[in-house]
Amino acid sequence: MNTLLNNSDLFITGFRNTLILFFFSAIFALILGTIVATLRVSPVPAMRAAATLYVNVVRNTPLTLVLFFFALGYPKLGLVPIDFTTAAIIGLSLYTATYVAEAVRSGINTVPVGQAEAARAIGLPFAQTLTLVILPQAFRAVIPPMFSVFIALLKNTTVAAGFSVFEAGAIRANLSERGEPALTGLLWIALVFVILVFILSALQRKLEQKWKVAR
Amino acid sequence: MSSVLFDAPGPKARSRYRVLGVVTALVILLIVGFIVLRFAQSGQFDAKKWQLFTFPLVQQTIAQSVGATLAAFGTAAVLSLVLGVFLAFGRLSDRRWISVPCYGFTELFRAVPLLILMMIFYYGLPTVGVQGITPFTAVVAGLVLYNGSVLAEVFRAGIESLPRGQSEAGYAIGLPKSKVMSSILLPQAVRSMLPVIISQLVVILKDTALGFIVTYNEILFQAKFFGSQIQYGSPIIPAAIVAGVLYVGMCLILAAFAKWLERRLSRKPGVAVVPAASVPAEV
Repeated sequence: MNTLLNNSDLFITGFRNTLILFFFSAIFALILGTIVATLRVSPVPAMRAAATLYVNVVRNTPLTLVLFFFALGYPKLGLVPIDFTTAAIIGLSLYTATYVAEAVRSGINTVPVGQAEAARAIGLPFAQTLTLVILPQAFRAVIPPMFSVFIALLKNTTVAAGFSVFEAGAIRANLSERGEPALTGLLWIALVFVILVFILSALQRKLEQKWKVAR
Repeated sequence: MSSVLFDAPGPKARSRYRVLGVVTALVILLIVGFIVLRFAQSGQFDAKKWQLFTFPLVQQTIAQSVGATLAAFGTAAVLSLVLGVFLAFGRLSDRRWISVPCYGFTELFRAVPLLILMMIFYYGLPTVGVQGITPFTAVVAGLVLYNGSVLAEVFRAGIESLPRGQSEAGYAIGLPKSKVMSSILLPQAVRSMLPVIISQLVVILKDTALGFIVTYNEILFQAKFFGSQIQYGSPIIPAAIVAGVLYVGMCLILAAFAKWLERRLSRKPGVAVVPAASVPAEV
């Protein structure tokens, strides 16, 4: 308990930064992932191919390598300089977006065929079929997989600690500088993550109940 | 490809799709072209930066680091499969003093970030007197605890999705529960869940890269070492490209194997194989 209380400044800043990473990456990943999923079911073959390529390449790359590239490689390109937090957010968003895209696509597949057929029958074009009829129903169906993607994102933010972002994963290094016992600090970090994941799961159950598809 | 989301295109739609296709191709070419141009302009394709990777000794070291990655992957994969089976059996046990701890174990280790687990092993345990923790043991232990818990859930879902007649028939011919589980339910569950299991193995392979942070001598760790050699122009981007090609290659081989297995198994009658895409793997 003393380790936690005496270093509450480290823990608070660390987890605040974790939540910042999580929040922004989640939003960007959700937007990008939905766009990619839309491209993957679009009638234009080139769009489908591009989205499939993106998903397959990024899904098979370790997140550590993605962050490695943005944190260490990107500054060498002489483009707009970004700080490590922004680099981590970009990397996490690009990586998580592929999982969001897969979740949304599997949700699109769960919407009964009749829905799309009815939409086409009243003359809606593809864009409207998707945005007005299919996606609203698909999102309701994908809440559980979407939340497991977000829980994974929350846990993945710790990887950014390896790339100079001060967040929960980096608390240990700072604790050991102050001569605090490493194990106690790490166990506290683990406990906070368990609590955060628990909160996310509770939120998932609530949303699931609220947005249940009535069929 | 026909889809329920759109009609078969008529002449007008076909020409519109063609225009959109060209636009998409142009946008992608623009993005890729910009990246390549930027790489070229900042000298990432200079011979000097790639020279390092032509030395036989460097190539040998990279091959060794691939070996290190595969060693961690192989050990962790086998052990997490074993742990997963035991935890799944534990959770399905009739005795509460077995099933409740197993439930707690899987939930706990799925909630703790893998990197924190590895750090607990690598930095935490030695301080309380646990000897002989190498980066390899830390990486493997973390991977096994996490992926074992995830696989336990996969096995359990597989077993629970089997028709009840399977276990009832087992009991009817007088088999004890352990026998029903191990020789009737598990083989069928494994077969129907195989694609999901293999996509989880891809996750293990990717997560070995976390060993980079706990100083395990794997591909990414070597890539960073080579990438910071100043006398060769610190080729960090060429090193990242080499590491990326290696990882994507290995994962694609595993993924292709999963696809092949899925097709092969779905030909056999009597087993409903869950397609890998329908169950998103835990990242």
